[in-house]
Amino acid sequence: MAWRRAQVLTVIVSILALGVLPIFLPSYPVFVLTSVLIFAIFAMSLDVLIGYLGYTSFGHAAFFGVGAYAAVISALRLGQSFWGSGLLALAVVLLVAMIFGAIALRTSGLPFIMISLALGQALWGLAYRWSTVTGGDNGLSIPMRPELPLIGRLESSLAYYYFVFVVFAIAVAALSLLVRSPFGLSWRGIREREIRMQVLGYHTWLHKYLAYLTSAFFGGLAGILNANLTGFVSPEALAISNSATAILMVILGGPGTLIGPCLGAAVIVVMRQIMSSVTQRWMMVLGVVYIATVMFLPGGLMGMMSRLMVRINSGAPQRSDRSQGKNVERTPATHIQSGGKS
Amino acid sequence: MKPRHALFTFLVVVLVAGPSLMAAPPQVAAAAGTPTPAASLPPLKLGFYGALTGNFASSGKDTLSGLTLFLKGINYTAGGRKITVIVEDTSGDPNTALAKARKLVEQDKADLLVGPTLANEGYAVRDYIDRAKAPCLFPVVSGDDITQRKRTPWIIRTGWTSSQPAHALGKWAYDQGKRRVAIIAYDYAFGWENVGGFQRAFEDAGGKVVQKIWTPQTTSDFAPYFPQIKKDVDAVVVAQSGGNAVRFLQQWDEFGLKDKYPLYGLAAVTDEAVLKSMGDEAVGLFTVLHWSAVLQTPEAQAFVKKFKEEYKDAPGYRAEAGYVTGQVIARALENTGGKPGGGKELVDAIRAVKISDAPRGPISFDPYGGVVENEYIRRVDRVKGELQNTVIATLPNVSQFWTYDPSVFLNKPVYSRDYPPCTNCQ
Repeated sequence: MAWRRAQVLTVIVSILALGVLPIFLPSYPVFVLTSVLIFAIFAMSLDVLIGYLGYTSFGHAAFFGVGAYAAVISALRLGQSFWGSGLLALAVVLLVAMIFGAIALRTSGLPFIMISLALGQALWGLAYRWSTVTGGDNGLSIPMRPELPLIGRLESSLAYYYFVFVVFAIAVAALSLLVRSPFGLSWRGIREREIRMQVLGYHTWLHKYLAYLTSAFFGGLAGILNANLTGFVSPEALAISNSATAILMVILGGPGTLIGPCLGAAVIVVMRQIMSSVTQRWMMVLGVVYIATVMFLPGGLMGMMSRLMVRINSGAPQRSDRSQGKNVERTPATHIQSGGKS
Repeated sequence: MKPRHALFTFLVVVLVAGPSLMAAPPQVAAAAGTPTPAASLPPLKLGFYGALTGNFASSGKDTLSGLTLFLKGINYTAGGRKITVIVEDTSGDPNTALAKARKLVEQDKADLLVGPTLANEGYAVRDYIDRAKAPCLFPVVSGDDITQRKRTPWIIRTGWTSSQPAHALGKWAYDQGKRRVAIIAYDYAFGWENVGGFQRAFEDAGGKVVQKIWTPQTTSDFAPYFPQIKKDVDAVVVAQSGGNAVRFLQQWDEFGLKDKYPLYGLAAVTDEAVLKSMGDEAVGLFTVLHWSAVLQTPEAQAFVKKFKEEYKDAPGYRAEAGYVTGQVIARALENTGGKPGGGKELVDAIRAVKISDAPRGPISFDPYGGVVENEYIRRVDRVKGELQNTVIATLPNVSQFWTYDPSVFLNKPVYSRDYPPCTNCQ
């Protein structure tokens, strides 16, 4: 089909552009784009829990923060290189996730929200008070940039952008494959009706646990990338506001779509860093966008986009018939609306 | 959702968003329309960044108000050079503060930064400022190490260092005959630095801190801590600020402790920004700071009058710091005939500034980027129905190192929960 071909072409052109465009951008927009990609990974990782597993976590910043702290501390105190500190940090994130998952996944629904929140806050409190290790409220800095074997020291923003871009692309590919695999499909089965999955013979707890670890892994990865971008970590990385931001990104973009949360991340990061230069009322704009999304676009931005696509794809005449959006996959907006708050 | 649709739309959005990042117009708050002075130099670009939204919005706005008030007064011109201001909001978040610092330096090409608002924002931007060699004035961030163990030539304070007034209060409390005190304070860096400074100066004078009670930053109920206070102390020292300070004093009064112990306040506990929310429970409290809105000097009174006309409220230390920051910049330009282009020249010009007529009194800079200024011992009084910080003693020209030798001082660790150790606590 001509349309499909055009679409594939656009995707290729877009990827190339995303790879080439930053060369011509000044350093600050490149920095913002790098932030967008990092928070896109963070939002996608939370989407695994919210969108695919149907578990809303209010403490996802825990993994972002643990990754960031572990990377900075191992670089600073153990003298680890970029790779060493990164790998060590990922191991620490997984370890923490193994413990947290074992505790949190004993529950679901509202108790899960509360436990994830409590665990996240415990880590925040620890970062705040254990100042000999974490630097307390003042945080910790690493005055160095990642070093890569071929490229050398990633001093310029552009080089780090490309590094993050590659990691982002790998994360998108890995998560997309995972959620489409039979294993990933089982998460959606659990989301829809866990007891039926159990009757079918699935060890649902194990599947949930692995989903939780996956989510934590990528959340921690985002934290590590961000710590290396800013060269700094403070308890803010673990704060509830960071968890809430991630939830906003997921809901805004459309849960259960992976790419939706990336869009949400782009909107929120751009709002925070660009819109706030234009108007001090940027939080109000964001609030209105968010409320409008919840009220009128239950599937988030992606829900809206896909409805538009369906319309364009099928031609204009049958507009009224298509309004039910039967091609749109069911998104777990109901989970969010019952569990979350702005 | 079809995956291709999804990827497609994401990429389209990124493509659209990318170039538009460049096009974001800077917010220029300078007064336009006045004739350009003779100087052929381009205007000095000032980049202000601070918490203008979120929980700490009032702190950032006060600083900006003070700065704006001063710049308006000189018609945005000093030493024949025009000054323009670009304002950025950090929303009190360290990551955003760093992003905004980068934006001001890399995109707006600001000659001089002013900000941020919170200590953790200050530490977050510190390395970047050092690396980018971007001159930055810190009007309110008071984290000790910014101008001590983590100092950089590019950061100069125009406000204060947390432990700076605390040293002064420690000495003064001893001079008032206090020998044994208990301390109840915030359990994070700001509280530790205040307490550390007090304890060091107080104990070096000969006093004894016999108890330190740390309260979590989020505590709003102090009742569980009050019964722990030792009975045989001469005074109690409190380090709380903002809403916590208001609640602390209310409960202190309700528990009948106000008549039992003399109370000394650190950490800007009765700053004008929060004093208006307090009642009679605050009367009689002794505090210390480098500023009071009822300081009896012509400069202070002129500033307070102007500020009240413009913004209604009495200016707190943050507003005054914004104003003084403007003064420092103007004086640096005047002293050099508006010449310094930026970078090192500008930093040198600023470091050389000595001001005798700042609202808070005379100020100058030490070689570490700290500010040398008077510390005032104040007592909360009710005058004509309103609470005020009456100045009852002045300790002139106090440096961030108090009376200690800077090199000895810097070899010791930064004040923390465990330093100085509480050797007299049982």
